[in-house]
Amino acid sequence: MKRFFAFVKKEFLHIFRDRRTLIILFGIPIVQLLLFGYALTNEVRNVKVVVADYAHDEKSREIIGRLQASPWFQLVGTADNPNQYESILRSGKAKEIVVIEHGFAQKLVHDGKGKIQLIADASEPNTAQLIINYTTAIINGAPPASLIEVKTRMLYNENMKEAYNFIPGLMAMILMLISAMMTAITITREKEMGTMEILLASPLKPIQIILGKVTPYMILSLINAIIIVGVGTNLFGVPIKGSLFLLMFEVMLFIFLALSLGILISTVATNQMAAMAISGFGLMLPTILLSGFIFPIKNMPIPLQIISNLMPPRWFIEINRMVMLKGADITLVWKQTLILMVMSAVFILISMKKFKIRLE
Amino acid sequence: MIKIENLKKSYSTTVALDDVSLEVKRGELFGLIGPDGAGKSTLMRILMSLLLPDSGTATLNGFDVTKQHKEVRHVTGYMPGRFSLYPDLTVEENMDFFATVFGTTVKANYDMVKDIYQQIEPFKTRCAGKLSGGMKQKLALSCALIHKPLVLILDEPTTGVDAVSRKEFWEMLKNLKAQGITIVVSTPYMDEASLCDRIALIQQGKIFSVDTPQQMAADFAEDLWAIRSPKLYPTAQKLHDLPEMISVNSFGQELHLVTPKGVYSAKEISDFLTDKSETEIQIQPTEATIEDVFMLFMTQHHTTQP
Amino acid sequence: MREAVITVKNMVKKFGDFMANDNLNFEVYKGEIFGFLGANGAGKTTAIRILCGLSTPTSGEMKVAGFDIYRETEKIKRNIGYMSQKFSLYEDLTINENIRFYGGIYGIKPEERKRRSKLMLDRLELTPYADRKIGDLPLGWKQKLAFSIAILHEPDIVFLDEPTGGVDPVTRRQFWNLIYEAVERGITVFVTTHYMDEAEYCDRVSIMDEGKIVVLDTPDALKKQFNAANMDEVFVKIARTSPPTPLPNGEGRK
Repeated sequence: MKRFFAFVKKEFLHIFRDRRTLIILFGIPIVQLLLFGYALTNEVRNVKVVVADYAHDEKSREIIGRLQASPWFQLVGTADNPNQYESILRSGKAKEIVVIEHGFAQKLVHDGKGKIQLIADASEPNTAQLIINYTTAIINGAPPASLIEVKTRMLYNENMKEAYNFIPGLMAMILMLISAMMTAITITREKEMGTMEILLASPLKPIQIILGKVTPYMILSLINAIIIVGVGTNLFGVPIKGSLFLLMFEVMLFIFLALSLGILISTVATNQMAAMAISGFGLMLPTILLSGFIFPIKNMPIPLQIISNLMPPRWFIEINRMVMLKGADITLVWKQTLILMVMSAVFILISMKKFKIRLE
Repeated sequence: MIKIENLKKSYSTTVALDDVSLEVKRGELFGLIGPDGAGKSTLMRILMSLLLPDSGTATLNGFDVTKQHKEVRHVTGYMPGRFSLYPDLTVEENMDFFATVFGTTVKANYDMVKDIYQQIEPFKTRCAGKLSGGMKQKLALSCALIHKPLVLILDEPTTGVDAVSRKEFWEMLKNLKAQGITIVVSTPYMDEASLCDRIALIQQGKIFSVDTPQQMAADFAEDLWAIRSPKLYPTAQKLHDLPEMISVNSFGQELHLVTPKGVYSAKEISDFLTDKSETEIQIQPTEATIEDVFMLFMTQHHTTQP
Repeated sequence: MREAVITVKNMVKKFGDFMANDNLNFEVYKGEIFGFLGANGAGKTTAIRILCGLSTPTSGEMKVAGFDIYRETEKIKRNIGYMSQKFSLYEDLTINENIRFYGGIYGIKPEERKRRSKLMLDRLELTPYADRKIGDLPLGWKQKLAFSIAILHEPDIVFLDEPTGGVDPVTRRQFWNLIYEAVERGITVFVTTHYMDEAEYCDRVSIMDEGKIVVLDTPDALKKQFNAANMDEVFVKIARTSPPTPLPNGEGRK
């Protein structure tokens, strides 16, 4: 145990004495977060909205008032006939139509349920998803929130159910970067400097070396995840609808998986350059391109869809979206969770096997 | 203490060790002498259980280095060929770390490293990467000693270190030996051979001689002449024409000429040079050094072609 | 008075507060072997880098091969050769490819390059191995080859930074024979080494300590001055008179 703590302490000293590592660890995630965040939120500022209020009651007025008050939306008109919707969106007069059903307040009181339909122009799917999320959040801000059922319809891209929100994807990317890449680099650095030879020549067991190297990055990754979630919810208003506990559990699982991938890479790479290249091309690109982070998986060609199944971030992003945005509990994400667990187990087993107690 | 039998090891294209057998006695200061690429590092890594031999056996303190790597690593201290400490950690942090790795503390084993560590202790808050060469070497040795090993394996500890630091280092080794530690040290500097109890000369993966350095020098089978002249290089060129000459090499301020036993007298060689219009020649028989032994072997076995 | 190919006046190089070179003054004469000795961290590599135009001094006046160190570094580089302790040829290229590359860098005409490289390979007995990769050669051969390539463009001066470290004793002497041959062709040799017997082979030797040149003379004169039997003793006597320094050396050596 003492050896373990000595190892962790040493690792933290390395991290804190190297400004480059610190920048990669904390600078890059925050910059990415802000870049993605503002790039995307700027687009949803002053979104033109048309309201089709068939209720004309106190509740519906309250909701319209909220939309008007928010900085993101600009009411540009009203509609009173479903036939108008298409032309409103097609002409670009508005990006979204909020439809409040007839007798909304009454139904809310009597049935305990009121319906609102959101129709969005999804020719820019990512923006549409954001607009919908924002609207949903605002409407749900009206008490009693749980009673209002918001129905969304994406026009022009109806089946775009996977439309992403950037936070889950960004989280996957950053955790991958820090956990996998940094672990791979830090282990190969020891090989390159020759210190690995001394560690191997000591009675340390491989598991002790690995755990010692990995624990600090596990802690730092977790801190990063918390920062991302915190900034996401507070600055950009991304909701966490599901249980925070479940979300954190999934985050830790994903970090563990990324770390084992990092160790695996370090057993293959002989120097830091190789480690960087393998994690860059082998991990970062798939994380960005094949996980549904940028491009919706449903829109990919079939072969890529199949490959995407092998990408751990894909499942993590899916879990994340479901938990954060849809409020899913473990019964809905157990399958994805299980996949991540199996993947981690496989990676850690292979890397344990490949981690050599000898040189060459 | 160490027993090596018929070790063989090759990498993809090159043979690193070619049937090496060797024995190191308890408490001995044993030198592996040979140039870079002779196979010294490979042999040491096999002893440290860091490499597996292709065939052959090696035991260290009775432990089989291929099977009992844990036991082997517990009783040995190791300094690899290049500086292998953490340059971004301070002297003190490096020491503490390696002590803990071996399940001990600097305090508990302070007496073991005291003599060496005291020399660098004034700089204990300095990062190891900012020490001078000699200091780094002392720190590395302290770290290798911190767990009171029975055997020290030092791979070219004096390479690239200046002459003074080298001398200090060998003083330290002598003191450690006095404490009963068995030391195996490799070096490309032939002049360091005489500081060992016994040495093995190694070249191209083969050990061609094992003995005390004194005996090895005494066994030099040919005649060896030390020759001085005002300009050594032209003199050496002329000596190449001496009919029975085996080799002529510069040795600092003099030339060492090797001729077959009993063939030439000093006068004959001197006359030969005078005939070739050399002046102010001083010539006298001299005792062989390990370097002479090594070079004679290399000359006779033509091991200098790629 | 012999012709000086390197003149150094009041050379100072500071890294922050650290004096790597503290007011150096010396001359190197045409056609001599100049030994540049000193402990690790004494400031040798820093000085060599400045003289090769790889680093700018903090102050001082220096001329190399007749060119000013501040304004004419390009001309200096064309007229010097440099070989460092770390092997400087491309391991994954063959001997011929390396020669072609360096010939190209220094603008040697192809016919001329072929003529010189044939002479050189014959001299080194490496002709049969010309199409072998450098990485497959033993260290001593690489070093001899690196030296020969460093003087392929027939520079006025060649700087050798610990060229023989770790090389076997026979090859080490062959290396020095190459140095003598270069000197006979009129090349000036500026060399650092840790082998004290090699210090004896130099025409003049300077010994540095803590950024200063402590002594500079012929090996014989130094031995007399310090009442020593050989250069090794001279070196030890000088070093023992000044306390060892743990200062950061700025030489970036291992």
